[in-house]
Amino acid sequence: MTSVLSHINQEESHYAPKQAYFNPYEQNGGTVLAVAGEDFSVIASDTRLSQGFSIHTRDLPKTYKLTSSTVLGACGFHGDVLTLTKILQARLKMYEHEHNKKMSTTAVAAMLSTMLYSRRFFPFYVYNIVAGLDDEGKGCVFSFDPVGSYERETYRAGGSASAMLQPLLDNQIGFKNQQGVTKTPLSQEKAVKLVKDVFISAAERDIYTGDAIVLNLITKDGVKVETFPLRRD
Amino acid sequence: MSIMEYNGAAIVAMKGRDCVAIAADRRFGVQAQTVSTNFQKIFEMGDRLYIGLPGLATDVQTVSQRLHFRKNMYELRENRKIKPKTFMSMVSNLLYERRFGPYFVEPVIAGLDPKTFEPYIASMDLIGCPMITDDFVVSGTCSEQMYGMCESLWEPNMEPDDLFETISQALLNSVDRDAVSGWGAVVHIIEKDKVTTKELRGRMD
Repeated sequence: MTSVLSHINQEESHYAPKQAYFNPYEQNGGTVLAVAGEDFSVIASDTRLSQGFSIHTRDLPKTYKLTSSTVLGACGFHGDVLTLTKILQARLKMYEHEHNKKMSTTAVAAMLSTMLYSRRFFPFYVYNIVAGLDDEGKGCVFSFDPVGSYERETYRAGGSASAMLQPLLDNQIGFKNQQGVTKTPLSQEKAVKLVKDVFISAAERDIYTGDAIVLNLITKDGVKVETFPLRRD
Repeated sequence: MSIMEYNGAAIVAMKGRDCVAIAADRRFGVQAQTVSTNFQKIFEMGDRLYIGLPGLATDVQTVSQRLHFRKNMYELRENRKIKPKTFMSMVSNLLYERRFGPYFVEPVIAGLDPKTFEPYIASMDLIGCPMITDDFVVSGTCSEQMYGMCESLWEPNMEPDDLFETISQALLNSVDRDAVSGWGAVVHIIEKDKVTTKELRGRMD
């Protein structure tokens, strides 16, 4: 009798429940960088999409043109980037039909913040930077965290190489740790040159950044796109 | 939180033309709390030989003392000054002896050869795997920031004055984007016939 019981107990422990796990997020790398000038702004990203030690594609820019004067840079989990940009484009179209005008950059930024916060407890794993021109025609940059905290700034790096780029921007655009310099406003040419320089540096050390830069120059005349090769290893 | 980030530190070394520079921040903290702002992280190991030890502060002091002892024993036995490359091997050996219970330091070595005055820089992980480069080495809690700065600012064959400006800007702007390092810095410029030590005041917050 006892032997039968112990047999049943053994059987039960053999079929103990197993927890199955599912991880809804991936890190697909990529870096975005935006700089605001007097009457323009520049937003650039690399074009590499990777996962772990493999590269999915070398030709995927992470900047998305939203209106004729607003460009979004988004990286992190590419699945969420796709969903977020799709919803964003739809919301922009709805606004245009309702109000008979395109949404301003500042309004895009405010709306994006509420969209991100609406997913506060299952966030979009996306680092966003919005660049464009404000209502007065001045260059503006907004940076976000994945749950919608945002801030207007003059320059910001986001994504996998952000820690490498940001201190250099502090130094070269913010004139941090420099004494006795005249803080000259940033010219378009200098902004573009600087963006290329810092991306070349990031591509040297960050394996998730490389292949090419796509650079968007936003002025009152619209968005001009320029590409520039980076190292591919 | 990793034990390597418990106290916070930032150390960088760079090569120039017939000269090398090594710089470190001065903060000693316990996680977010700053305890002192004049902590020594770079140690003189010879006339033109310095070692920087970022990592767990208690190990920084233990390792520097044990290295002093071993270097003195070497110089007494050999009756000559130690070469930077030999010293690097000595550090590597000391760390690897503790392979399975390591000292939590990732050293940076900078110096000139005592005979040929050849510049030398190297860095190491906490169990003594060395990396010898001919441009710059970084180590500490804001190594990513320092890589970004050095990769953009450094150029070959800089004169001592230029090297000082470059290493100082690289360090100061890096620590300003790191919460656990900063609070001033010290820079050593090592040349054939002199070593210049300068103290920097950065953002004190």
